[in-house]
Amino acid sequence: MRDPVCGMRVGPEALRTKGHPDVGFCSDHCLTAFLTYPDRYLSAPEREGAVVANRHHTRDGTSSAQRVHLAVDGMTCASCVSTVESALEAVPGVTGARVNFAAGTAAIDVTSSTPISALTAAVSGTGYTAELVDEGVDSSDRERINSERRYRLLMRKFWFAAVVSLPVIYFSYPEIFPGVPEKGSTALWWIWLAMGVLTLPVLAWSGSQFFTGAWAAFRHRSANMHTLIAIGISAAWLYSTTAVVFPGVFPEEMLRDVFYDVTSVVTALVVLGTALELRARARTSEAMKKLIGLQAKTARVLRHGTEIDMPVNDVVVGDVIVVRPGEKIPVDGMVLSGSSAVDESMVTGEPIPVEKTEGATVIGATINRTGTFRFEATRVGRETMLAQIIGMVRDAQGSKAPIQRTVDRVSGYFVPAVMIIAVLTFMVWYSFGPSPALVYAVITMVTVLVIACPCALGLATPTSLMVGIGKGAENGILIRSGDALETAHRIDTVVVDKTGTITRGEPSLTDIIAFADHTEEEVLVLAASAEKGSEHPLGESIVRAAAERGLVLSDPDQFSAVPGHGIEARVDDRRVVLGTLKLMADRGVAAGAAEARLEELSEQGKTAMVVAVDGELAGVVAVADTVKEDSTEAIARLHRLGLEVVMLTGDNQRTAAAIARRVGIDRVLAEVLPDEKATQIKLLQAEGKTVAMVGDGINDAPALAQADVGLAMGTGTDVAMESGDITLIKGSLTGVATSIELSKATMRNIHQNLVGAFAYNTLGIPIAAGVLYPAFGLLLSPLIAGAAMAFSSVTVVTNANRLRRFQPTRTMEVS
Amino acid sequence: MDIVFVNLFGLGLIGLIVWYFWLSKPEGTFAGITSDGVQEAFIVVKGGYSPDTIRVTAGRPVRLVFNRQESDPCSERVVVDAFGLSADLPQGSSVPVVFTPIEAGSYEFACQMGMLRGKVVVS
Repeated sequence: MRDPVCGMRVGPEALRTKGHPDVGFCSDHCLTAFLTYPDRYLSAPEREGAVVANRHHTRDGTSSAQRVHLAVDGMTCASCVSTVESALEAVPGVTGARVNFAAGTAAIDVTSSTPISALTAAVSGTGYTAELVDEGVDSSDRERINSERRYRLLMRKFWFAAVVSLPVIYFSYPEIFPGVPEKGSTALWWIWLAMGVLTLPVLAWSGSQFFTGAWAAFRHRSANMHTLIAIGISAAWLYSTTAVVFPGVFPEEMLRDVFYDVTSVVTALVVLGTALELRARARTSEAMKKLIGLQAKTARVLRHGTEIDMPVNDVVVGDVIVVRPGEKIPVDGMVLSGSSAVDESMVTGEPIPVEKTEGATVIGATINRTGTFRFEATRVGRETMLAQIIGMVRDAQGSKAPIQRTVDRVSGYFVPAVMIIAVLTFMVWYSFGPSPALVYAVITMVTVLVIACPCALGLATPTSLMVGIGKGAENGILIRSGDALETAHRIDTVVVDKTGTITRGEPSLTDIIAFADHTEEEVLVLAASAEKGSEHPLGESIVRAAAERGLVLSDPDQFSAVPGHGIEARVDDRRVVLGTLKLMADRGVAAGAAEARLEELSEQGKTAMVVAVDGELAGVVAVADTVKEDSTEAIARLHRLGLEVVMLTGDNQRTAAAIARRVGIDRVLAEVLPDEKATQIKLLQAEGKTVAMVGDGINDAPALAQADVGLAMGTGTDVAMESGDITLIKGSLTGVATSIELSKATMRNIHQNLVGAFAYNTLGIPIAAGVLYPAFGLLLSPLIAGAAMAFSSVTVVTNANRLRRFQPTRTMEVS
Repeated sequence: MDIVFVNLFGLGLIGLIVWYFWLSKPEGTFAGITSDGVQEAFIVVKGGYSPDTIRVTAGRPVRLVFNRQESDPCSERVVVDAFGLSADLPQGSSVPVVFTPIEAGSYEFACQMGMLRGKVVVS
């Protein structure tokens, strides 16, 4: 059952009214509204007035001031604002209207009795158009509809030009086709005149965008593909029409020829090419559309003990949301009760469902698989992880790869240069060409104009970038910019921070060794009590281990951390120092007795720390970090890509080497203090290496920034998206290999496109100009030039779309 | 005789192309200043950017408000490369792009393919 006032779905326990037992209400407000104007809601429950009320429910179901948002289209100047505002304010029931010119929206405060149609009508009356901002139809949908409309229009234009082309081709070649009256005959003159008339609408309608585009560009002192095509097809038409209507202009009989076929066929082909390119380009942004499509539309929110289905945009932070098996999790949050396996593959790229229990974070747009649970919304709207990912991908797709800056410089000169070549071609053929020189000059000039394809050049980089970055997002890899993508393919060294990337980053206590008359328990209590103030993961693991053993800890005084070496604190009036041998030496603790054990432990890849109490050696505690199961495979993949992998860690050489051996890393930089990481990267760069740094994005921010490419590893929902050039949503090293593979594949694709487009133009234009004519007597038909031009840009976009099939390499299981 | 004439005409045409597309410099439009101190310019996107040269002063935020009035997909995104900014331009709606130029100079904004271009001249 739905609340007739606001349209919300309500359960059987909803508020009722005696007069209408068949309807229920979500709140007092809706009930009051209903009782005031029952007819309005009963006669047309879906009427727009209901939508007005729906938008303004606050969390407790009451309705505050009612505000409607309209998208206003067509405003071109700031003065439009006041026109629209006063029109809206004149509508009965409107208490205030504010137009945001920049956003193209109007916010209107209304009483609930004002229908939206009255508002849109008021805006239409001023010459603009307005529609209700409906989050269900976002701008990408509108773009899609526009693009579809444009495609259909172009296809209609194409078919018209194509149908006209058939008779035009037939009658253009009396010497080839039978049944065509011979040249010079009155019959053929009439036919040619008819062709001139018939091709006029081809120019004016099918080819209209070339002329409007050319004129718009011309006004901005620039020229583009439209300019070239417009000059080409109109030159052919003007020459032909002159020959037919004013034959006296051409004294020689041979010059009286027509090229209406060039006009109609080239128009048809280029329009078809534009339509196909539009289709192909729409596919380049498919990954983006998929991401947008992931967003949930509704959420089942618990309010007043009732489950209410509401639009996801109405969910606020703190709402408790119920998710059943098979349903989409609407927003980011934290599980309050229940448990389930959640498929997060669409956001993180991780194919295996993740177990979620109380306290776990859930990501909006992921799919609940097995159980029912309740969670509290922690991030909604633009704050959600998905929204941030979408924003980041959108920005990255709009950025430029450095290679494109070079292309841009060329393309700025390209079209005028082609125009100059066309003029030169005309001059040379006119001066030195065979008879009829004028005909050859016109045809070669038109061919040069028509064959040149600036679009292929312009499209080469951005389309591949769109597909490549979109593909990354599908695999849980967020590439910040074209710059990052391009640099990543040149990487030869990958520096990996050990903790949290190769290993889980959650060390646990493995050994306790007591010295002198201390017991193991005592050593642990002292160490754990001292570490209570520490935020270091090693310290936390010791505290956790003590808690697991049920030990009672004291609160430390005068806690101080010695970065990279350890900590010191006072526990129960005893001075406890915990850390490396270096620290012990500094504090004057004789720890020689522990040295052998320390060596043994680090040999096993464990991090061992000396515990000293009141200046005396008390014991040794060791913790170890577990290696992630896919680290070895990922490092093997990096090696296969020909990359040197370097492990960077604060651990001592021995511990580091033990782990490096296990995962197959060639070079280890151990005992690097946190603030030295960036320096280490700089040193590697000084060796002439192009370095990628992989880190957790929080502690490694300076090193990530120093590296040529910084890859930040995310863990679950906590993605430090701002810190890396590339962010791996799933905290796995395999993403690093996939990123580099993707970067290589994308750059290869861009190079193919650029080489293709450059080669096409640098070969095509001279051939069109007739350089092969003196030696081979070869001259390109403008019809073929038109076909080549139309399909060169389609080819570029289609090639970019091949990238959509990119798959990260899967390695065989290492047994 | 006519060959000489045609060639002279051709050379003249080439000169005109070079001058019009490469050498001539449009004066540009000065950005207006809003009450909040932002230098604001409204740019219509239709086959090009109108106006395509915006003059602003350094050190003060600039807001370029783009309004795309065509369905040609070439112009569906504007990129201000020097500031690492880009924006989708849905047909018909106004989209602001805000940045603050610190140094004087000429900063280009263009469509993604680099076919449509405009610039912000900072002095």
